[in-house]
Amino acid sequence: MSATGLSATAPRDLGAPRVRRVGSTRVTFAGVVTSEWIKLRSVRSAVLSLFAAAATVVVLGLLLSGVKSGGLSAQEIGLQAGGDPVSTSLGGVNLSQLMIGVLGVILITAEYSTGTIRSTLIAVPRRLPVLWAKAVVFGGAAMVCMLAATFAAFIGGQALVGPAGASLGDPGALRAVVGAAAYLTGVGLLGLAAGVMLRGTAVAIGTLFGVMYAVPALFPLLPHAWNDAVGPYLPSNAGMAVISVTRTAGMLSPTAGLVVFAGYVLATFAAAALLLKRRDG
Amino acid sequence: MIEVRNLGKRYGERVAVDHLTFTVRPGVVTGFLGPNGAGKSTTMRMIVGLDRPTSGTVTVNGRCYADQPAPLQELGAMLDARGVHPGRSAYNHLRAIAATTGIAKRRVDEVLGVVGLHGAAHRSAATFSLGMAQRLGIAAALLGDPGTVILDEPVNGLDPEGVLWMRNLVKDLAAEGRTVFLSSHLMSEMALTADHLVVIGKGRLVADVPLAEFAALACGGDSVRVRSPHATTLRELLAGPDVVVRAAGNSALEVTGLTAEQIGARAAGAGLTLYELSPQRASLEEVFMELTQHCVEYQSTPDALTAGKASR
Repeated sequence: MSATGLSATAPRDLGAPRVRRVGSTRVTFAGVVTSEWIKLRSVRSAVLSLFAAAATVVVLGLLLSGVKSGGLSAQEIGLQAGGDPVSTSLGGVNLSQLMIGVLGVILITAEYSTGTIRSTLIAVPRRLPVLWAKAVVFGGAAMVCMLAATFAAFIGGQALVGPAGASLGDPGALRAVVGAAAYLTGVGLLGLAAGVMLRGTAVAIGTLFGVMYAVPALFPLLPHAWNDAVGPYLPSNAGMAVISVTRTAGMLSPTAGLVVFAGYVLATFAAAALLLKRRDG
Repeated sequence: MIEVRNLGKRYGERVAVDHLTFTVRPGVVTGFLGPNGAGKSTTMRMIVGLDRPTSGTVTVNGRCYADQPAPLQELGAMLDARGVHPGRSAYNHLRAIAATTGIAKRRVDEVLGVVGLHGAAHRSAATFSLGMAQRLGIAAALLGDPGTVILDEPVNGLDPEGVLWMRNLVKDLAAEGRTVFLSSHLMSEMALTADHLVVIGKGRLVADVPLAEFAALACGGDSVRVRSPHATTLRELLAGPDVVVRAAGNSALEVTGLTAEQIGARAAGAGLTLYELSPQRASLEEVFMELTQHCVEYQSTPDALTAGKASR
């Protein structure tokens, strides 16, 4: 015990009961945001996951661009690079979205599994500010990291491709680079909202990627008319429309894609907010 | 001040808390006692707004906890020691809680000192023993210098030194005029800490009395143990309408309905030798067991009667 500094004779300087000595004690949104920022920063695995998701965008983007330029042999590293140079350099998004989605889920489900959620909700009994603050902090951090990553992947990737590469000034290129970061941030936020709704890590990750991957994979099995009518509006397809430079048949326009994808994020947050507010913590 | 009024909570078919009414007053330590599963934790979760009551209300200083603009200043709670992310240090855990209401870092250091965790402040919570986690929970509860403190099973996992520390801490908090409400399933612990007891069983109020009056709640009342070589004669001598005499083995009798003085006088009158004449007080533990197991409806004190009316 003595090694930990625990002592039964620890000073009990608690002060007089009704004299406030601790400063402001009203809950403010800025305070809740600060709190969530401290929480995000203070768990090393969360910070590392965010960096890893960003690094994946850069590393995979560079590898794919290397393959496209012919500098790397596709047989050697087992990667196929198709499509235009912009999409190729942003190819890491497909894997990175898994990582950021999982991180979004874990940011809240870890609170439930460790019991931290109780101190969180006791400190902020109105509850909803916690959800918004988490979205602001995690969304902000993810957007910053992902923007850095997609720009790095794009610039590095185009340098590898060489003269055939695109520049940020090309039509749709800047939008695709920013859109990729926004899409990844959006997937992270979907994960966060799914985590709030489902509370369990496994079930939330399963649901998130069921919707993102499994449902789109099943759609081509449906009658053509359904697939054509509904397929483009699936979250993953709508999000991908934001990233693509060349308009593919059966895809929404980038603007429509962004609107639809943002709609999914907002809708899941609305559902998450409703559940968080109403149910037993 | 915590006011629980007609509070009820059901989970589906199961009734966890059933029309509870009691008040926790400032300046004294109020013990919240009941067997496991009696509804103590559920009640505490409703006080801090984690669980939504199915019926009734609970207020902290006149307001529903969720409507408090400065919740941490009104009430500090430790509901479960294991409520920290194992990857986070004690210091950052407290900093995150403090930040919500702009409580200064200085106060975080202060409460870490109060609970004796200064030396472990920057270690990850995963390395904490249950006792240390318990102290961290207390530190979190004290952050806002709250007027009301509620602690769920605060001595769980503490070593004897920690138990002693906890007893003194809660007494000091109450002495400073705060409202202190702590739960336990151990009567022996409450007997040493609490001034007032709220006892529940199966979600219902069993007793709401000062500790000093608790022993009087025993359903059977006090008995007297008598040992005499003339047990059979003595038995006939003591018999009466309100007197119950039971053989307690080895020429001893257990008598209820007569005081030790009365028994002694009658034995002397009949010239009977007594080897032993000792009043038996039911221990607090026994009263507690009896109340929670057999006398769930028992409501004989003024407080309990008020509560009883409210629950009907």
